[in-house]
Amino acid sequence: MIANYGYEDGSGHYYIKIDTSKCAECSGKGCIEACPEKLFATEMDDFDDEVVLIREDARNTLQTSCAHCKAAGEKELCRKACTAEAIGFSW
Amino acid sequence: MAEIEKVEYWRWTESNWKNPEIPDWHGSLITAGVDIGSTSTQAVIMADGVPYAYSNMRTGSNSPDSAIGAINWAMQDTGLTLEDITYTIGTGYGRVNVPFSNKTVTEITCHARGANYIYGPTVRTILDMGGQDCKAIHCDEKGSVTAFMMNDKCAAGTGRGMEVIANLLAVRVEDIGEMSFQVDEEPAPVSSTCVIFAKSEATKLMRSGWTKEKVLAAYCHAMALRVVRLLERNGMELDFAITGGIAKNIGVVRRIESIMGIKALKPTMDTQIAGALGAALIGKELVEKKRAKENQ
Repeated sequence: MIANYGYEDGSGHYYIKIDTSKCAECSGKGCIEACPEKLFATEMDDFDDEVVLIREDARNTLQTSCAHCKAAGEKELCRKACTAEAIGFSW
Repeated sequence: MAEIEKVEYWRWTESNWKNPEIPDWHGSLITAGVDIGSTSTQAVIMADGVPYAYSNMRTGSNSPDSAIGAINWAMQDTGLTLEDITYTIGTGYGRVNVPFSNKTVTEITCHARGANYIYGPTVRTILDMGGQDCKAIHCDEKGSVTAFMMNDKCAAGTGRGMEVIANLLAVRVEDIGEMSFQVDEEPAPVSSTCVIFAKSEATKLMRSGWTKEKVLAAYCHAMALRVVRLLERNGMELDFAITGGIAKNIGVVRRIESIMGIKALKPTMDTQIAGALGAALIGKELVEKKRAKENQ
């Protein structure tokens, strides 16, 4: 499943895309530790696979939460750590 | 001094229903789904996979009380008690607050499954317009979710936004759709980004001489534009269906259809119960799987 967490507001649209079918097979889940803002968490999905999601209380502040990684101009730390290439950004 | 009547324009009609074709159920498997949303709560009871009864009411300040109220209202006149229900799934924003549930499942999964039941297996894109959020969901022919995108940053594009405009213009929320078409030509939309901006814009338009109908048309147009953006970002694939309370507002539905150049499937049931219906169906499947395992 492609899960898009985030929002759209007057300044743009800010969604982090997670392909949960890829991250269900990932044992390391390096994105969780790699994110300095601790945006990522795991939960058992409706099919009892352990998948990664964006914390509910962080979903509406992604633009500011991810600002440091974005400003660095490189690949975001979560994407660097994601060996399954399951994470994408809309901005 | 005469008392001033206080009309709650935002208050939509709560309802319950019992399947008239099933007067007294003696089936083997009763499952239930309870969808506690931010604004409304629904309970659906299925008897052997057939909708038997449901209720649709406002969510109160206490979610467990809302869940109990909804299931009791759904069971009214059925002769059922909670003990008769084999399996209950809680879903929605308040899904962890259904005290009698056996399992919780996300509302996205349940809405897709419910839409698959209501609209049939050809549905691929579902727009769920809820009380305080809006979701674009893709599903396969079985009603399993393949992708979703939601927006709950602002009440614009949600039922709550519609309630705000109903109160502002003193128009019953259920009349907004029809009234929004009583205009000579479609006006430009108000702000679709922020419900507060939309509200102040609507006030300004009323002061400048616009009719209520014209302001409602501008508001419905803005709401349609907002959700179309979400649909387009998530990707549109036919067939297309709308669930949630706003699916009952033709002012928004027809404008979405017009902007996208497609027709939404016509619902055969109350669109607000899709989540709870999906939950009850998933409950049935889980019980059947468990029973099949035990019989092996």
